[in-house]
Amino acid sequence: MTPMPNRETRSGAAPRATPRTRTTRNQPLVDVTPPAAAGSVGLPDLEPSPHVNHAALVPVPRESAAEGHTDPDLLDDRRISDVNEWGRSEHMREIARRLYDPVYKHWFRAEWEGLEKIPEGGALLVANHAAAIPSDAPVIMHGIEKELDRPVYGLADNFFRTLPMIGTLWSRLGGLPAHPDNAFRLLQEQGQLVLVFPEGTKGPAKTYDERYQLRRFGRGGFVEIAMRAGVPVIPIAVIGAEESMPTLFRIPYLARALRLPYASVTANMLVGGPLGAISYFPAKFRLKVLDPVHFDVPTNRERYSRSRVMDESEAIRDTIQAALYTMLRERRSVWFG
Amino acid sequence: MADHEGVPTQSRRVLVTGLGTFWGGRVAQALEADPNVEVIVGLDTTEPTVELERTEYVRVDANYSILARIVRATQVDTIIHTFLVVDPTQMSRRAMHEINVIGTMNLFAAASAAGSTVRNVIVKSSTMIYGCAPEDPVWFSEDTPRSRPSRQPIERSLDAVEGYVRDFAEDNPHVNVALLRFSNVIGSELETPLTRLLKLPLVPSIFGFDPRFQFVHEHDVIRSILFAFDNDLPGVFNVAGDGLLPWSEVAALCGKRTIALPPIGTGFVTRPFRQLGLVDLPEEYEGLLRFGRGVDNHRLKDLGFRYEHTSAEAIEAFIRSVRLRNAVGDSEPSYRYERDVEQFFRHSPAVLRDRSQP
Repeated sequence: MTPMPNRETRSGAAPRATPRTRTTRNQPLVDVTPPAAAGSVGLPDLEPSPHVNHAALVPVPRESAAEGHTDPDLLDDRRISDVNEWGRSEHMREIARRLYDPVYKHWFRAEWEGLEKIPEGGALLVANHAAAIPSDAPVIMHGIEKELDRPVYGLADNFFRTLPMIGTLWSRLGGLPAHPDNAFRLLQEQGQLVLVFPEGTKGPAKTYDERYQLRRFGRGGFVEIAMRAGVPVIPIAVIGAEESMPTLFRIPYLARALRLPYASVTANMLVGGPLGAISYFPAKFRLKVLDPVHFDVPTNRERYSRSRVMDESEAIRDTIQAALYTMLRERRSVWFG
Repeated sequence: MADHEGVPTQSRRVLVTGLGTFWGGRVAQALEADPNVEVIVGLDTTEPTVELERTEYVRVDANYSILARIVRATQVDTIIHTFLVVDPTQMSRRAMHEINVIGTMNLFAAASAAGSTVRNVIVKSSTMIYGCAPEDPVWFSEDTPRSRPSRQPIERSLDAVEGYVRDFAEDNPHVNVALLRFSNVIGSELETPLTRLLKLPLVPSIFGFDPRFQFVHEHDVIRSILFAFDNDLPGVFNVAGDGLLPWSEVAALCGKRTIALPPIGTGFVTRPFRQLGLVDLPEEYEGLLRFGRGVDNHRLKDLGFRYEHTSAEAIEAFIRSVRLRNAVGDSEPSYRYERDVEQFFRHSPAVLRDRSQP
């Protein structure tokens, strides 16, 4: 169909001036250049037909007169909750911050070093992971939200999402299933801070005698995500989490029966009984933000060199491991830091 | 060219499947207003439910066995395939398979026959094709593969349909194929399993889960089909309103409270209600009530399509019409198809027709 010359009034139909970079990844069903690439969409202007007026149904306007909603803030006028597209609710987060702050301040007495290294805009925070019920994720998220006043989205195993209540709560507090697409959007398009534990469940599952020994960093997916999104990786070394809920031994049969990633018997259970299963020892938390790692690669590629990804991933793992050893050397007491 | 005259650039001959359904009828109505569209042929097993001025209705069986003949005889250049069942409660699996899979297969067989004049095909599919699983991304783009293989009959039949569409697009590179995947459609007229849930006194939800839903207004659905038609778009496109809303908020916007179903054995608990016809919660929607689904609508927007409604606005349009219906009751259908009357208006020499001149 021959595109008709656009009238000035049809500017609403023109394609966006800055098409999203991501569309380069989207391929049409068959490879044909979309008509809009020519700069004109070429909709014929239609006179309202008298025939439609006595139709049984209200006629559907072909082209909306008003400019469409492209700004997500405009959506809020009809909304009654503040749950955003990722499931995070600032209201819920505020309540959680108020409840968690005493734990953060007086129980774990968290202390940060190098927070100024976290840059403006999107960044992928990468930390070591420990404790049977990981105590590091809330400390990092709470700490950064409090100190820098920026939301942090935590990527985690999608196992959480299958649990009633916990899954919803986790989502409202800024948790997300660890899918590369989610991370890409948050980092590249929205410039958010995203926290990820590349060890995955292997970190919290390890026993006390393996403490502060970093597990394999997955398949380096976090490096690929950062490369694709063009954001730096900020390594964070955390000490204190290992001692807050040390795992004595694991029960693989129980894990399999309950379909859990792992099932641990912790020292807290022996000390505190059933209540110990959900309470932490007051270990002193020290968190150290390490130098940002920038990757000098083109963004938004489908794939990156596997060897490069693995090398970078290994290098980041070594940096965190070395920082952990340094911090442990300087630590005088598990409880007082 | 003097564009003020509104001279038709090229007349088009269009075949619409599912004319008797909500979608087919509305699309045909909108096409009638387009002076560029010379001929509209509508197929269905049932009679049209909306008043049509010049669309020719042809009664066919569910799997379109005479389609090749119709395509040859009418020399259509565009097929708009709206007749896909995505509501599993409407009919048996066998009937659904017959309509979705066999119907689409025959449609494409006719369209790709030797000497076929078809140059544009628009297929209305559903975002159900992405499935629903805990490992899903928050937003599905058109290229994101589904996380788990499809089990539900409706998803499997959509899989098969899209397979035929892809094969057809590959075998016929000269044909523009647009595959539109629609999110949960809602609006003032359409009835779907979700709108039925939202009309219940207490809206069912699954205990401990509050998934986020995306909606698309029925007008935006029609408009996107027409947009694809006007621009000869090739490719796959998600069609869904902006924004994701938690199910609890959707219920609250409708002024309803939710009732929690147990998270384990949900199907077992709802079965008696289902058998009594009180709650119509198909299996496909159980997953949705746990994990929700969001699709990325940027590809169509980048080509210039503007949505009239966000997800929240679509819900509002729905609830306004429910309020009106509660106040004044269901209006009588104002139109009934009478074959003789329609034939008279279309073909009698007594009727003065200015628009039907070729």
